[in-house]
This record gives sequence, structure tokens and C-alpha cells, in this order.
Amino acid sequence: MMTRQLRFFPLVTALVLVAGCTELTKVVTSAGVASGKLSEDQAKSLNRSSEAVEKTFQDITPEQEYYIGRSVAATLLTTYKPFDQAAASQYLNQLGQTLAQASDKPETFGGYHFAILDTEEINAFAAPGGLILVSRGLIRCCRSEDALAAVLAHEIGHVERQHGLKAIKKGRLTSALTVLAVEAGKNLGGENLAEVTKAFEGSIGDITGTLVNSGYSRELEYDADAVAVKVLRRVGYNPEGLVDMLSQMQKSLKPGSHGFGATHPTPQDRIAAVRKVIGATTSLTEPAPRKQRFTTAVGRV
Amino acid sequence: MIRKGLLAFAMGIFLFAAPARMNVQVKSGQVRSTASYLAKLLVTIPYGSSVEVVQQQGDWFNVKTAQGVKGWMHKSALTTKRISMASGSTTAKTGASSDELALAGKGFNAQVEKEYKAKNKNLNFAAVDRMEKIKIAPTEMQAFLAAGAVKPAEGGAK
Repeated sequence: MMTRQLRFFPLVTALVLVAGCTELTKVVTSAGVASGKLSEDQAKSLNRSSEAVEKTFQDITPEQEYYIGRSVAATLLTTYKPFDQAAASQYLNQLGQTLAQASDKPETFGGYHFAILDTEEINAFAAPGGLILVSRGLIRCCRSEDALAAVLAHEIGHVERQHGLKAIKKGRLTSALTVLAVEAGKNLGGENLAEVTKAFEGSIGDITGTLVNSGYSRELEYDADAVAVKVLRRVGYNPEGLVDMLSQMQKSLKPGSHGFGATHPTPQDRIAAVRKVIGATTSLTEPAPRKQRFTTAVGRV
Repeated sequence: MIRKGLLAFAMGIFLFAAPARMNVQVKSGQVRSTASYLAKLLVTIPYGSSVEVVQQQGDWFNVKTAQGVKGWMHKSALTTKRISMASGSTTAKTGASSDELALAGKGFNAQVEKEYKAKNKNLNFAAVDRMEKIKIAPTEMQAFLAAGAVKPAEGGAK
């Protein structure tokens, strides 16, 4: 009896791995119980395993999200060169990290950090966990601190809503989570490490591919704009800055261009959506010291 | 009458909704003096630390740390999952179920990053490390907002 149970076990496990489907597992396990090949306990444990295996990005811990984000950012910082200018970086982080604190996800595993990409292309990326990259081209679309705040708040929105992790293809994490289930509590060795690394590589590829080439869905972009408006208001920036930035972007985007031109809804469409949230146009006047520090820090980026 | 009873019942659930203990799920959990992101930072506590939850107020938990510090932590820093820190520990007897337990340093971790780095030697991790070094303290944030005359219209900060 015991031998037969054990023989049945790998078969069910294999089915679970291939299918990754709770319903199928339940059918298979109840058949196993009915035929006496599986004990109730084994069936329960298998059903539990398959539910865990099926979990996708939601099952990624903040620590794992952090490591995914680091590799995504490292990839982007290889494609694009970082623009290392201490004063500009410091200012960007003062502004960005303050805004992030007012989001619904102020604390991530490694915190929020911001950097400038040395490219004319109009672009910005939010790696999972809070590593945010903004191009010189996009900063040039900002005529005020309020506008730059809007850019950063939009990217914070992608982090808060975990849009990057959602880009990981279905099933990608299944093998990694299975290895984890088996190897829980141990350091990964040889084959298992290779398998988890493969899932990791695939996840990084899914996310950077989405960020650089295909872009998120329009819904996710509007969602990030909505978060931006919420964060700007909480901190005390005028969300009109978002509209101003988008209008400038509209003027600068060349047809068929890389970056936002290819991966985002048109600025016009985004303005229309934002307008619905923030209401009628208000004047965007900034106090002199705010204007001054913005110009000093990023005026010549 | 029945409605009132139901309401009281629902409120009862609400009051008991805050879990008694929670665990820090970020590298460095921030304990603040009040339930606000600009509040003074009292202490930071490391990943995996357990705190006693006294009460919940919106997105903030009033907590007491193991060292006896009382303050407020944002929900994004906390989880109800127990976080098993010890490498090679045998506490993960629950099999694949990660509902109650998170294994620190498992899955996508430093070891996997190292493996990935070795295969992709051209990747600019140095720039990422430089990014992570820039940390703005809450006092600096307050000064930044004050210097730029940035303030929420009507107590919008939370």
C-alpha cells in the first residue's frame, strides 16, 4: 500500500507542475483519495502546494521584489548611461523620496531612490521596489518643480501598484516557487539555484521588455497618473504641474520616437483623463525659492 | 434592533481586526512619533523584527518594539506573516504554504543576484549601488518642503 502511494505521488506532483492548476489538482487528488492511492493528508498537502504554486506576483515578498528591481535597474542603467551629477541627483532624491513617503506604499524593502539617465529620449522607468530612472529628455519637459514632482509621482504610482511585477509572464514563477517549496529552509544548491536563477532571468526580461518596448496598458498608465495626482495633493504640489509637463511633452515628442512616444498613451489623452480628476484649470504659480532651486538643480540638465 | 445588533457585531470585528503582532518586512522599518510620514523618526528596526500592535489608525499601526519603544509604523513596512530569518532553519514545516510564513533571504535573493551577475557581467550594478546610497532623512524632507513653501492645502498629508 505504502509503495503504491509513493508511486502515485510523483505522478500527481508532475501533473501539478505541468498544469499549475488548482482545479485539476483537486480533481486528481480526489481521484487519488477515492482510489485509495492517496491519504486525505497527502491530498490536502498537495492541494495546498498547488495553490501556493499558482500565486504569481502577489506572492513575491518585498525582499524578492527588491532583488528583481535591482537587476531591472542594472539592465536599464546599462542600456542608458547614468547622468551622474551630484547636485541634480541630490535634488531629485529630496523631491522624489519626499513624494514617495506620501504614497500608499511609503516603505519598500530597500526604499525609493532616483537617478537621471543621460539621454535626450523622453523616458522614465520605475523598477519594482522603488528604483526610479528619469531621462534628461523628460526632465527638459518640466518647466517647474511641480511638473517634475508630477513625473516622479507618476513613476512612484507604478511602484505603489506593482505594475512592474504584473508584467512577469504567467507561469514564470511557478518553477521557482516549487523549488522554494521543496527547498524551504535550505540554501539553494546546484540545480535548484539554476532553476530559480532561470525564473529570475525570465522575470527581469519580462519587466524590462515591457518597460522599454511594449509599455504598460493604457489603464495602468492612467492608474499611475491617478496615483500621481493623489500624492501631489497630499504633499502640496499643484497637480496642474502634470498637465503642464504633458503639454510640453506633446510639443517635444517626435512621431515614431522611442520612449514615451511608443510606450504611453498620447499626452493629449492623458491630459483629458487627468483633467477629469483635477477639474478646471488653475494657475501654476510657484513661490520664488521653489522656482530658484529647481532651475539651479536641473535647469541645465 | 436586529440592525443595531449587526452593527455592533460588525464594529466588534473591526475593533479586533488589528492583529496583535506584526513583523517588519522591509530592510529597515521606521518607527515614528505620530501617524504621519513627516513625523519624527524614533528608531529603525531590522527586517524580521516582531512588534506588538496596540491599535490601528488608517494605514498606521501604533506599535511597541521588542526594546519597548512605542511609536507608529506604516502598514507597508509590516506583515502578519512570520519571517523566518535563520538560514537552514527547519521552521518551514508548512510545506509550500507561504500564507503564514515568509522565508527571509529565499527565492530571489543575494545568491541569485550573484549568479545572475556572473552570467551578465556587463550589467551596471555599480550604478544601482550608487543610487541606493542616497537616503533623505525625514528632517531633511521637512526642511526641503519648508524651503520650497510646499504645504498641503488642508491637512492632506497623511
